[in-house]
Amino acid sequence: MELINLGIESIFVNNILLAYFLGMCSFLALSKKISTAAGLGVAVIFVLTITAPVNWLLNNFILQKGALVWLGDSFKDVDLSFMTYIFFIAVIAAMVQLVEMIVEKISQALYSALGIYLPLITVNCAILGVALFMVERKYTLAQTTVFGISSGIGWALAIILMAAIREKIKYSNVPPALRGLGITMIITGLMAMAFMIFSGIQI
Amino acid sequence: MPSKKEKEPVFSTKNKRAFFIPLNENNPITIQVLGICSALAVTSQLIPSLVMGIAVIVVVVFSNLIISLLRNLIPSKIRIIVEMTVVASLVILVDQILKAYAYDVSKQLSIFVGLIITNCIVLGRLEAFALTNKPVPSIFDGIGNGLGYAFVIAVVGFFRELFGSGKLLGFQIIPEGLYNMGYVDNGLMVLAPGAFIILGIFIWVQRTITGTFEEE
Repeated sequence: MELINLGIESIFVNNILLAYFLGMCSFLALSKKISTAAGLGVAVIFVLTITAPVNWLLNNFILQKGALVWLGDSFKDVDLSFMTYIFFIAVIAAMVQLVEMIVEKISQALYSALGIYLPLITVNCAILGVALFMVERKYTLAQTTVFGISSGIGWALAIILMAAIREKIKYSNVPPALRGLGITMIITGLMAMAFMIFSGIQI
Repeated sequence: MPSKKEKEPVFSTKNKRAFFIPLNENNPITIQVLGICSALAVTSQLIPSLVMGIAVIVVVVFSNLIISLLRNLIPSKIRIIVEMTVVASLVILVDQILKAYAYDVSKQLSIFVGLIITNCIVLGRLEAFALTNKPVPSIFDGIGNGLGYAFVIAVVGFFRELFGSGKLLGFQIIPEGLYNMGYVDNGLMVLAPGAFIILGIFIWVQRTITGTFEEE
């Protein structure tokens, strides 16, 4: 029950994009067409589902203070948490590469659909953001997995909605200086406002 | 290693261009659309915005310098990983310094200091400038882009704090009298939608002034 709540909360109430502003760069750059938006959204869900638990394991068995105790008693005071950033980004880069290779082997159709977006995901702040939030909020492994998946779904939802709006807005008469980035930001603001309605929902 | 055949003065036209262009005409946030994530997240008050601006300037300048010095040694296939490692190490330094000397602000910025690593400005400048230019222009490019970024988030932070809580840098600006007359702080400014809308309007104003338009 608690996990379902966490899931719903991270998809709607605390949407990773609309409430925490993570993953804005690729959101703005690639939300012009629904098909690309959907492809990128799926790729993000995919990568988040894998990297979030892996980073949790890394954090709990290597990086945290006292996490290396499984190597022997002499390691119980080792605190590697200052290395967190470099470890996480390395894991994310490696994971993305791995996922790319696995997808290429297993499903050629999926690979050609996701292909060009996968490498871009390394620098998507949503991925690193989820890993860092998981450390800061001290989630358990189960919570981390749910948080990772539902953050990905929330991000995908936001970018697909945005792409749908932008496809329509092509036909509207927007002031020239506001075209492109400006109007997109304002629409995102309105969308964020709409998503705030969900706050307080509990099952 | 860079050849020292032609020696150009430090303040040559090219360096000045590298410094001034990103401030306005090619601003990293409003024109190049890089680094929006942190630009929005930390700007609900002015102090964190300023600190974040300084942190990004430091990281961009030093990563530009380091990558520019190493540019002939890095094999192009693994350059992204090399760049990431350099940036991540710099961010760790900044993070540790912030934790030591400005603990409150560092708590407030929470994960967003770490997210400078994935801030596209840093990687974008490395790819676009430092990899093909000499160290001195790279430093200027770094300072210029860092300042361009810091300027935008300072403005957004200024408006969000002023209208959202009636304060600036933590001091009450809007007089008590106005509240007694029925003025209410606009709470929306502190929340996420305010950030999007303020930045949208900022871009609108800036593009109207400079006359840069985008084709949809």
